[in-house]
Amino acid sequence: MKKLIFALLLCGLLFILIAGILEMPALGSIDNQSYNEVAHYYIDNSINDTNAPNMISAIMTDYRFFDTLGETIVLFTAITVVISVRIIAAGKSHYMKGDDIDG
Amino acid sequence: MDDLIVKVISKIIIPFMQVFGIFVIMHGHLSPGGGFAGGSILGASLILLTLAFGLKEAKRKMPHTISKIVETGAILLIVSLGLFGILSGYNFLTNGEAGFHLGRTGEIISAGFIPIATLAIGLKVGSTLITLFHTIIEED
Repeated sequence: MKKLIFALLLCGLLFILIAGILEMPALGSIDNQSYNEVAHYYIDNSINDTNAPNMISAIMTDYRFFDTLGETIVLFTAITVVISVRIIAAGKSHYMKGDDIDG
Repeated sequence: MDDLIVKVISKIIIPFMQVFGIFVIMHGHLSPGGGFAGGSILGASLILLTLAFGLKEAKRKMPHTISKIVETGAILLIVSLGLFGILSGYNFLTNGEAGFHLGRTGEIISAGFIPIATLAIGLKVGSTLITLFHTIIEED
């Protein structure tokens, strides 16, 4: 009985997901909502706003720099976590005393 | 690894790799590439140094104390660039309006803080790669 209810629930979820996919605009269509005025703004004004001929660089490090700052912080968190896990896994006493990792 | 051919060849090509990495980083606002690509090239050159000459020699050339300072300093540099925008009365991370030198299009020193930010990202990615590599192979 429990399995039947679960299967019915999953079928309902599948129906909802397929209906959602059918509502999506065609891939690569020019009428997609993502091709809005923002792209035209970048193409028209990025060279006047930033004086950088590389438009991707202008978007990544000027208009959307907060995103790039987040990516950099992700890298920083990753390296911190790797070193912490390594120190815990190694369990060496000289790491615990606060010596440098070179030691 | 103690192979003469690998050592000689990597001694020849490592300076060229590092110059190319710095070129990609410094031309991030002019040509394809940027901080992440150039930093990966810099990190790859240091990884090649570790593979060819061993961990001890590479640690002498690129000790962990230096990469620690570079890593934290790059993030602090980016955040202080953003805070400069707030100090001059605009939003966080404002480029041209906050008073950064925009210069002429196509020169190296132009486009406000984009070259500084690309330099910081490149140093950060390179030092992250080399620190991860050293930390992981230190186990053996």
